[in-house]
This record gives sequence, C-alpha cells and structure tokens, in this order.
Amino acid sequence: MGFLFRFGAVLGYLVLMAGCAYGQDSLLDQLEEEASPIEDLTYGTFKGTRLINGQTVETRGAGNLDFIISHRFGRVNSGAYNFFGLDDANTRLGLEYAFTDDLTVGIGRNSFQKVYDGFVKYRLLKQQQGKKQIPVTMTWYSNMSVNTFKRPELPMSFERRLAYANQLLIARKFSEGLSLQLMPSYVHQNLVPTAMDRNDLFALGVGGRLKLTPRTSLNMEYYYRVNPNDDGYYNALAIGFDIETGGHVFQLQLTNAQSMTETGFIPTTTGNFWDGDIHFGFNISRSFQLKDKSKKW
Amino acid sequence: MRVFLIVMLIWTVGLPAEGQSYRTEKCAVKFFSSAPLEDIKADNKEAIGVFNADSGDFAFVVQIKGFQFAKSLMQEHFNENFMESDKYPRGTFEGKIEGYDLSASGEQQVTASGKMKIHGVEQPMNVVGELTASGGKLIMDAVFPIKLEDYEIDIPKILFQKIAEEVEVTVHFEFKED
Repeated sequence: MGFLFRFGAVLGYLVLMAGCAYGQDSLLDQLEEEASPIEDLTYGTFKGTRLINGQTVETRGAGNLDFIISHRFGRVNSGAYNFFGLDDANTRLGLEYAFTDDLTVGIGRNSFQKVYDGFVKYRLLKQQQGKKQIPVTMTWYSNMSVNTFKRPELPMSFERRLAYANQLLIARKFSEGLSLQLMPSYVHQNLVPTAMDRNDLFALGVGGRLKLTPRTSLNMEYYYRVNPNDDGYYNALAIGFDIETGGHVFQLQLTNAQSMTETGFIPTTTGNFWDGDIHFGFNISRSFQLKDKSKKW
Repeated sequence: MRVFLIVMLIWTVGLPAEGQSYRTEKCAVKFFSSAPLEDIKADNKEAIGVFNADSGDFAFVVQIKGFQFAKSLMQEHFNENFMESDKYPRGTFEGKIEGYDLSASGEQQVTASGKMKIHGVEQPMNVVGELTASGGKLIMDAVFPIKLEDYEIDIPKILFQKIAEEVEVTVHFEFKED
C-alpha cells in the first residue's frame, strides 16, 4: 500500500515537473500555440471575376467598381483576307459594382446581337480554414439579357427578347497553383428558333486554372449542355491565359463562342472548335476603389 | 519518504519561475510605403505579445492575413503575391528589451533586439522604441523600417504600381499584467 502511494506520488511529481518544464517553452512558442487567425480565408481562387467566357466565384471587395472590356474577334479559319478574324470584332463593355464583399451587381452591353445584360452575383460560402472549415467557395449568379437586334420578319415583343441564366458556381482552390470550378447552370430563353425547341436548357460547366507564375495562369472552361435542342449548336469551349498586374487583369482566350453573356454562349454557340471556328479574344478589367474599406484605429 | 515527497511537491509547485509577465490587451501594427501612384498602407489588430519584466524577454506574433487595406484587391495581392500568407501565415519577433525601469513613470527610451521572422525569413533586428508604464499597464511604441529584399519579398518588374523597397512599420502594444 505504501509502495503504491509512493509510486503514485512519484508519478504525480514527474507529471508536475513535466508540466513545469512544458511551461518553460520560449515566449514565442507559447504565443504561436495561442495565435490562430480569426478568419483564415482563402484568397485568390481565381485572378479575375471571369474565368474565360463565364464567371468565377470571385467577387470584389465592397466599394470596388470594375470596368470590364471584352473582345471577341471573328473566326480564325475565315482566312487571310479577313486577317484571320481580326477584321471582325465584337465588344462587351461592362460595369460591375460591389455593394458588399459578397454582393456584386453588374450591367453590360454586348455588340454581338446588340444584347444588354444585367446580373446579380452573390457569394454564399467562402473557402476557409481556421475557426470555421469550409472546403469550397460558392457563389450564386443570376443574369437577365435583352436582345435588341432588329427582327422585322418576326412579331417581336419585349418579352420575346428576354433570356435568363442562373448558375451556382462552386470552386475550390486545391493548392497555390490549382483551382477547379463546377457550374451547374439553367438557361431560359423566351424565344427559341422553332416551336419544337425547348425554352429551358440545363448545362454543367467545368473549368479551372493552373498557375504558371505568381501572376499568370492557364485557364480552361467547358459548358456541357445536358438537354440541348437539335439545332446545330455546340458546347462552349475556351482556353485562356491570365496576366494580373495589380489593378488590371488581362485575359487572352481562344474560344468557339462569340457571345459574352451566359444567355448567349451556353445555349447558342455556333462554332465548332475542332473545325477551326475559333475566336481569339480578350477581357481586360480595371478596378477602381470608390469606397475606403479600411477600419481606422 | 512521504515527508520528502510532500516537501518536493510543495517546492515544485511553489516554483513560479515566471517573473512579472505582461500580456497584450490591445495591439496595433501598421505599415506604410510611399509610392508614386498612391501610398500603400495597412492596419492590423490581429497580433498578440508577451513581455516578461524580470528577464526582459519579449515576443509577438502578427497574423499576416489580419492586415486591412483600403483596397480589397491590394489586400488580396499582398496576401497572395507578396507575403504568400497561406505558406507563411505569421510574422514573429522574439528577443529582449533593455534599458527600462518599471518603477519610473513617464516615457522611457528602450531598445528591443532579437529576431524578426517575416515571409519565412529570419533576420536580426534592433529597434529603438518608447515604453510607458502607468498603473499596472505598459505601453510600447516603435517605428522601424523593413527592407523587402531582406525577407525575400519579390517585387515583379511588370507591375504598373511601383512599390517602395522599404516599408515603415509602426507598432503599438498595450500590455497589462498577466
């Protein structure tokens, strides 16, 4: 019994000593153990708010105004006379304002089909470690487009010119170099070519980026149409290259799509990438901070 | 034996080798860099520090992702391109403070010397600062320059925005007795 007590006491003493020795860590070691960030958000899943044709999960910080100029030239296979497509160009000009860190509202005007579009983009989840563990960033995107192209051969009404696209964008930054994104999409066109055609289209987009250097990346984007109409349209495919230089993001791309809005390139891409119906294009965005978000102390 | 053990226990427990130790209750770290296009500055409140008044040992840890910029894009680039915050989430300092007398009131000039670690790179550092003791509280203030290349923070050539190669860091710690 005495032996047991002694044994227990010695053990207790050793544990205590160990505890004290543990407390003799350097100050920095103690701090390192305590220090954990309040919110360890994943930054820069993608460089831009556009992957190539479509959107990324990224939204800009509150008070940020983005001016985006997108260009799609004609088809590369239209030959030398047409300067390999560079003679034709379509432009989309867009303005996008971030009301909060998670809510962006944008408008744009696309010279292809003379389309005006407006959208709302809202980030639902942010990928993060630390206190909360969330594996993906998720953003809701909803776009409405008005096709103002004159169609005198048809009895056109305003409703007939409308099309809607809704997307759930789900992305994960797997490492510094690799981010992947899934985009389940639903597009509704009020006007389709024939009465046989369906107005509702479902599509699943996949995309990603591979960083080449800290400020450049290679991107890919593909929209698979789940229930396409039998109209000779193709799935939109794009390969892009991003360069980020502080306030600008330059994106160069090759794609079979001509339209620069989801209501256009998802359902009605007419180019066959493998036949050389490829459009060279670029997006350039410039950010302006209209509202100071820093907290004063 | 039993008596011996009890004595040993009391002796061990009564061994607070810690001196008078202080812990931060408020921290503010700022940096400022003057650039032709616009000044770059950020504030950070996510830091903690401890100070042992008997030995002079002093350490602090700053969460790099805690720096708040006026421009969110700048903040993103700071974390992603310059500081690589996912790889190196913290900046730390560990060293000693010398030349203080806690019984004196008012502002005193002190020096902190030790190792600063930023962006995964450790550099020796000597900083002159002020220490003010008042009613069980200590306030430390210091301003010092940091050279980006010392900590292997790259500034790319193609940036439109020229970034100064040296930034001015301001720290303000308010300690209370632990």
